[in-house]
Amino acid sequence: MSNVSLSNEEIRRYSRHLIMPEVGMSGQRRLKQGSVLLIGTGGLGSPLALYLAAAGVGHIGLVDFDVVDESNLQRQVVHGTSTVGTLKTASAKARLHDLNPLVEVTTYETQITSANALELLRPYDVIIDGTDNFPTRYLTNDASVMLGKPNVYGSIFRFEGQATVFSPKDGGPCYRCLYPEPPPPGLVPSCAEGGVLGVLPGVIGTIQATEAIKLITGIGEPLIGRLMLYDALAMRFRELKLRRNPACPVCGDHPTVTELIDYDQFCGIVPEVNTLGSQYEITPEQLAALLQSDERPYLLDVRNPYEVEIASIPGTDKVIPVDQLAERLNELDTAVEMVVYCRSGVRSGRAVELLKTAGFRKLKNLVGGILRWSSDVDSSVPRY
Amino acid sequence: MAVTITIPTALRQYAAGNATVSLDADNVGALLRGLVEQHPVLGKHLFGDDGRLRSFVNVYVGDEDIRYLQGETTPLKDGETVSIIPAIAGGKQ
Repeated sequence: MSNVSLSNEEIRRYSRHLIMPEVGMSGQRRLKQGSVLLIGTGGLGSPLALYLAAAGVGHIGLVDFDVVDESNLQRQVVHGTSTVGTLKTASAKARLHDLNPLVEVTTYETQITSANALELLRPYDVIIDGTDNFPTRYLTNDASVMLGKPNVYGSIFRFEGQATVFSPKDGGPCYRCLYPEPPPPGLVPSCAEGGVLGVLPGVIGTIQATEAIKLITGIGEPLIGRLMLYDALAMRFRELKLRRNPACPVCGDHPTVTELIDYDQFCGIVPEVNTLGSQYEITPEQLAALLQSDERPYLLDVRNPYEVEIASIPGTDKVIPVDQLAERLNELDTAVEMVVYCRSGVRSGRAVELLKTAGFRKLKNLVGGILRWSSDVDSSVPRY
Repeated sequence: MAVTITIPTALRQYAAGNATVSLDADNVGALLRGLVEQHPVLGKHLFGDDGRLRSFVNVYVGDEDIRYLQGETTPLKDGETVSIIPAIAGGKQ
């Protein structure tokens, strides 16, 4: 191990590592030889990329197909105001190069899929999952298990985070041991719906970075078989035991899933267009015209009250959060033409489905929600 | 026997905003049923149509997963803490 050497420049840069006996020259050489693949360059990926580059991890891979949006900057600290609108991978790579030009950064402007996952992961020592959706979580897990690579896991929601290291080859569990099946779509809110405290991914992402550095240098006690829970509001860390499930379909004694599957299907995700017919849809321009006409529809907002405080479509008749809709159907009239809206059109789509099931027929979902209303009809309505 | 059950952020909106709920129960199953009785909307988030705990919801007594104890019949001691830990997927957006 460690046939690489450190230049004088590297010795100066990493001196605070080198003077600790636990890291020293050998640990720093291991970091230089080490490689980490970051899936997602967002909330968790930002602190991860910054600290791993600063620490001198020799090769960092970044997978993301998204572009930097203004609303990312509340927490995605690797990006900046000057890179809004550019690819996240390019934005992050430029920042990392400024922070530490001695590390190599490879970018992949693509979505990780069952077709490319094994190829993407193969060259790297450690895989880090910083994504925001269940299909990618299961895909990253399964591909990591199949390649025998540790998967440093982190997840966040509002004020709470989870972190652990999945590494079946070291006797620990995988993500499927913890959660054999994903929740059906819609039952668990995402950060885009539920919000997240901007500093939270900073805490969880730096825990993940710490674990990656420990795995590469081989020091300390890795977070394998333990789930770290963090509650920012209570400012409390807790630890739960995780066990490898011998019957796990991926990392168990007799695995039944031995190649990558269709993870959208596994997670119950069907293309949006097929679920709701176009006769149940209305565009913001069409709604604006209707609101001006004599056939003004009843306008139902299914967002939460704290979202209504941020922005509303003028003329909204009623607010019923989508989770309360089933119990409050008696407040609505099946005989009246109704347009349902939310922030982006996803929750209102679910609301229209529910109302259809309950016998409502004079229904339309506002496509693109208040966001598209703001961009297409009335830019004075703030986007959030 | 009073037991404290911690409700994760994602499910608090279905439990009147409570972070913890204290209930009297002898085992995990009775505790969860008592919780759902108090907060009926939580029911569909914890249990599937078959009445079994959903596979993306884990329940811990202390730091141990009830799947590796006695499941819903796991006995509870006075003052024990039970945690509900659902799968969450945030991070990138």
